[in-house]
Amino acid sequence: MQIKLCTPRQTLIHLTFSRPENGILGVHESGHAPCTPRNAFRAGLKHMLEGIDLECVRGERALFRSLSFSLEPGALLRVAGANGSGKTSLLRIVCGLTPPARGEVRWEGASIRALKEDYSRRLVYIGHANALKDDLTARENLLISSALAGLEETAAHASEALERFGVGGCAMLPARVLSQGQRRRVALARLALSAAFPLWVLDEPFTALDARAVEDLQALLAGHLARGGSVMLTTHQEVAIAAANVRRLDL
Amino acid sequence: MLKTLRLVIHRDLLLALRRRADVANSLLFFVIVVSLFPFGVGPEANLLRAIAPGVLWVAALLASMLALARMFAADYADGTLEQMLLAPAPLSIVVLGKIIAHWLLTGLPLVVLSPLLALQFDMPRDAIGVLVASLALGTPVLSLIGAIGAALTLGVRGAGVLTALLVLPLYIPVLILGAGAVDAAAAGLDPGAHLMLLAALLLFAATCALWPVAAALRIAVE
Amino acid sequence: MPPNANPGVRRLNAFRFSSPQTFYPLAGKVLPYFAWAAVVLALVGVYIGFFVAPTDAQQGDAYRIIFIHVPAAWMSMFIYVVMAFWAAMGLIFNTRLSGMMATALAPTGALFTFLALWTGSLWGKPTWGAWWVWDARLTSELILLFLYFGFIALHAAIEDPRRADKAAGVLALVGVVNVPIIYFSVKWWNTLHQGASVSLTGAPTMAATMFAGMGVMALAFWMYSIAAALARVRSIILERERQSDWVHEYARSLK
Repeated sequence: MQIKLCTPRQTLIHLTFSRPENGILGVHESGHAPCTPRNAFRAGLKHMLEGIDLECVRGERALFRSLSFSLEPGALLRVAGANGSGKTSLLRIVCGLTPPARGEVRWEGASIRALKEDYSRRLVYIGHANALKDDLTARENLLISSALAGLEETAAHASEALERFGVGGCAMLPARVLSQGQRRRVALARLALSAAFPLWVLDEPFTALDARAVEDLQALLAGHLARGGSVMLTTHQEVAIAAANVRRLDL
Repeated sequence: MLKTLRLVIHRDLLLALRRRADVANSLLFFVIVVSLFPFGVGPEANLLRAIAPGVLWVAALLASMLALARMFAADYADGTLEQMLLAPAPLSIVVLGKIIAHWLLTGLPLVVLSPLLALQFDMPRDAIGVLVASLALGTPVLSLIGAIGAALTLGVRGAGVLTALLVLPLYIPVLILGAGAVDAAAAGLDPGAHLMLLAALLLFAATCALWPVAAALRIAVE
Repeated sequence: MPPNANPGVRRLNAFRFSSPQTFYPLAGKVLPYFAWAAVVLALVGVYIGFFVAPTDAQQGDAYRIIFIHVPAAWMSMFIYVVMAFWAAMGLIFNTRLSGMMATALAPTGALFTFLALWTGSLWGKPTWGAWWVWDARLTSELILLFLYFGFIALHAAIEDPRRADKAAGVLALVGVVNVPIIYFSVKWWNTLHQGASVSLTGAPTMAATMFAGMGVMALAFWMYSIAAALARVRSIILERERQSDWVHEYARSLK
């Protein structure tokens, strides 16, 4: 069985994969060739990020096979799927944290394995874990994480970013005393400083956020897309970002 | 690159400053272990003087090893380590920063404290100077080798004991040279050869240990 | 499923046997030859050692333990190097079989290390009058045993076998770099502290038959190591690939 996905907007599509009876995404031996860069490029668009023929194995189980996708400037790719379907694994593969069992991820045509730090310079990844140190204040956390990413931010900028996510009042509090939602906001505040990074990869960014914070984040994402950035995220809820090229990849 | 190095060291020192008890604990451990030996072997001054270099060195080695759990485990658990792997700076620089911070927090205090404990064992003054020099050269090697063990056992059940099992055999050359230098000085011999070899070991470890640590961190995060 | 991570890159011919599926039957085919060679050579070696080699003038018959001790010590070090080699191959080429080979070799290496220590201590009792002497070689051998245990323990502690292979592989490489450093530092420590002692291997006069006996035993141990590693790697392959089609087919063909 083979499913082809197309976006409603006809921008470009490239999610070619099949779902055999055992429920694992994959291609039968006689199956279709996966999307290659050549036929993906046929549409004539410059691709920023491509996943080619990716396979992910966790333990002894293949989570997905022959998965290909691409993400161009101004596009948002939402990875959807049940728990344990490999959403987080896919994002980690895209970031280069986990090597795929097969296939490769390319950034502007070059394998991210070869690009190494040049790719890191384009990427912001906010994972499941908030990457906050309990003993540091919200602002210190933000300053250190952005400095690690190569940004030189002033304390004023950091406070502004926290303000934007409604946690400006917590700037001087240690992360230990913050609630789950507040911690998530502090982690996401890094995005407000990350306009220079074209690719944002976000793992469940909306968890633990209240309605207002969800709106704030969506506005921020829309702004990033509007300036030509790309976003890849996993989420269980629908993303309400108007006027953007939003696609969905089901695992 | 230097900026990242400074940032990582600064961050780890800041974190330690907020948790001063952790740093104090490993120092206290050092003092207590050293003080246990007279109870075990008796208060005979000559015997204590003879075993002092070995005792101080073994205790320093164990104290440095105990602190290894702090090196990467917390960063691994809260997701900070992922961010370090994705930083645009080479991972070995981040690793070097963490190792330097570990040494500043565990190795350096041991070096500073050791003359005091050496007095308890009535070590001759020359030997105390050599003890300080040997610890100053040797404890960074312990941090470098220890980082490999700490990185390899990330996310593993019973990581603490396993780290000890992996790291202690590799510590043996440092122990031999370090305690040997002090022994030689106490016997009125020239400890120069020991100290030179220890310095060579430090240079070798500093150039060769970063790669396996970085590789082990990548494997752990996969 | 090819072992190479890069699709589209045509695998070199040399990598053909790096696929567990091709290696499994091949290993099964050659295994009996190595096993029989080990048995025959061991019988010959023991015969030379016990009946042909002359009694030593100084040490009497106690020296005959070297026919097991020395080859075991050789193998213990050699296997560690081979293990590190496979670990490096696994890390560089990302082949699954390399990690399995390293894992399969570790228990055999530890066994020979233990054998060398045990026979050394048996020899030490009549010669030195003590079961254990902090002789440089014995001490290094003991540390080597710790390194083997570390490798095995680390591999066992990590649940994901691929991750375990890689982490243990890094450890094996670190170990192999450290083995000479440890050996020389221990030797230095030993000579500084107790002067030259009667060394186990440095028997003053070594008859040609003694060399022959040790050589044959070394070959026997070598063959045994290969056979044992192949047998172990076969079961590791089956265990790790139990989800794959070819193992299912193989299991069916056995019925």
